[in-house]
Amino acid sequence: MTETSTQKPIPVTVLTGYLGAGKTTLLNRILSENHGRRYAVIVNEFGEIGIDNDLIVESDEEIYEMNNGCVCCTVRGDLIRVVEGLMRRPGRFDAIIVETTGLADPVPVAQTFFMDDDVRAKTELDAVVALVDAKHLPLRLKDSREAEDQIAFADVVLLNKTDLVTPEELDRIEATVRVINPSARIYRTQRSEIELAKVLDQGAFNLEKALENDPHFLDQDQQDDHVCGPDCDHDHHHHHDHDHDHGHDHHHHHHHDHGPSPIHDVTVQSISLRGGELNPERFFPWIQKVTQTQGPNILRLKGIVAFAGDAERYVVQGVHMIIEGDHQRPWKEDEKRESRLVFIGRDLDREKLERTFKACEAQA
Amino acid sequence: MPTVAPLDLEGHIVGVAFLKDIPFFAGAVGAVHWLDHGHRTTEAHDGLLSLAYDEATDTLLTGGEDGKVMRILADGTASLVAETPRKWISEVAAGPQGAVAYAFGKTAYVRLADGTTKEIIEDRTVEGIAFAPKGLRIALARYNGVSLHWVAMAGKPVDLEWKGAHTGVTFSPDGRFVVTSMQENALHGWKLDAKPGAGARHMRMTGYPAKVKSLSWSAKGKWLASSGAPAAIVWPFQGKDGPMGKAPLELGTRGNTMVTAVACHPAEDIVAIGYEDGMIIAARFADSKEVLLRRPGKGAITAMAWNKPGRQLAFGSAAGDCGVVDLAG
Repeated sequence: MTETSTQKPIPVTVLTGYLGAGKTTLLNRILSENHGRRYAVIVNEFGEIGIDNDLIVESDEEIYEMNNGCVCCTVRGDLIRVVEGLMRRPGRFDAIIVETTGLADPVPVAQTFFMDDDVRAKTELDAVVALVDAKHLPLRLKDSREAEDQIAFADVVLLNKTDLVTPEELDRIEATVRVINPSARIYRTQRSEIELAKVLDQGAFNLEKALENDPHFLDQDQQDDHVCGPDCDHDHHHHHDHDHDHGHDHHHHHHHDHGPSPIHDVTVQSISLRGGELNPERFFPWIQKVTQTQGPNILRLKGIVAFAGDAERYVVQGVHMIIEGDHQRPWKEDEKRESRLVFIGRDLDREKLERTFKACEAQA
Repeated sequence: MPTVAPLDLEGHIVGVAFLKDIPFFAGAVGAVHWLDHGHRTTEAHDGLLSLAYDEATDTLLTGGEDGKVMRILADGTASLVAETPRKWISEVAAGPQGAVAYAFGKTAYVRLADGTTKEIIEDRTVEGIAFAPKGLRIALARYNGVSLHWVAMAGKPVDLEWKGAHTGVTFSPDGRFVVTSMQENALHGWKLDAKPGAGARHMRMTGYPAKVKSLSWSAKGKWLASSGAPAAIVWPFQGKDGPMGKAPLELGTRGNTMVTAVACHPAEDIVAIGYEDGMIIAARFADSKEVLLRRPGKGAITAMAWNKPGRQLAFGSAAGDCGVVDLAG
């Protein structure tokens, strides 16, 4: 559109988390802190949000299944409408925050920003932030799949209410979160107190910025697949540094596989693939096929790819069957030219993914 | 040669209409402007979301982010019809005898001229409202179809089912067809006088590269023009089965832009076609002949309306550049 082509897309942050996890507290913090930015907030219920000087819109969750025969192609119809309305009056806000209900599936929310052409033209999904109640997470994981999905799907996890658990419990909870999602940034918080720069403007779905701060992709030498849970008997005691700053040297270069996680009540698995330079003529048909056939089981997918003879890093990301990829930047001289992908999902065939991924290597 | 009298307003234009031959322009900001011996303005809403022209009373109905439904008269007077604080009134519709319908969330309200209000609650969000041309009957577009309600009677609604999200609804002027626009790039139609289960009951109108956001019935309802493609797609509705088995007309095809708004002429088989780049043409159904009405402007055309004699066309865009085209020059 003539008018919008020159407009910068409005960033959208999605807040998920179970009832009582601290979403409203975080939201009030975002709205009341003096950061000079104006937010439009889309909520399911006005609840206890301070509404004096901000644009708050109530919206009933309305899931659309797309008529294309794909069960995972769902979007939020209410968001399409509200975002369309908001974007007719740009200039009132700099960013949008979507607060979901405790039981909401984050996937349709995120997919809305990729699958609806109008929404996609004007906005850009910035990050999915999940709040986790440290005290109640074990119970939540027992009684609902949503709690797990929210963590698995998140870019940033706030492990909140840390004052209500012992340090040992907290370590266990964080390890559980890490098992569910090896690639999220995890922060420990009380009363949702967090530097807003760690939650907002993350660019987690922006291919240019994505993966730059992803703990899973930070350390090139890091070998281990995932943080083990408390039931795992491998010896690796210093996994629980909570910022997951992998700058220091880990001693444990083990590479073990659990099927779905060893932690009771966790059904999400993550699969990390690592290889050398890939042949694009093998990789693209492969990733297409994987997302076409395995899409419903894939919650998130991220990767950095080195193509043989290509001076630039190629990055990919996906949600279910939606996949995007682009060149990101030139490889740095000291960077190892290797390809890495992480799949977070359920019922994924690790052996097959590893084998078929290997077959994409240029040397294969 | 047509001439254009421009009117530069601020922001996205939601709708335009002629009231007693005076052009009105309603902006998303909430101000309604009209040209009656000069540019005049009234602040109807804090945020205007929806608009409908009420033919029965020659007035405008508007719904806003402020939870208000307003009626605007030709002299610019705005009066409150209904109010639900903090709800976005995303749909309004005008019915016979001063009846008004509006909706937010899963609830639709029909308010009659005497002030009685009927509440209709759907299972899913009401995304579009249309009054039938005859009788006090409304169609509510919602997920997986349309519900038809008789306003004055309790009874169960008639459910027209079709899988998918229906985001807008319209009756053909003769009342024989109901057509919805969908979240996917398609229209869906139902033939109301068909026997239930009959094959011809459903009409699928697909093949659009974009969502259809603008629909307009031609004079006497013989054609339905639509946006959502590089041309205006005009479906034939003369036959008893509507457009089934027939190809639509494609008028005003352009290679590099999309049609964003359509408005059929009130008397002739001619449609005004507005494009994403702000250009407007008029095209004749019979021979596809085109006339340029307005050169490209600042924003996509979002609304157009003819005056009753069909000599003037008011238009508005997503960037606020509005105007009136005078065919006589």
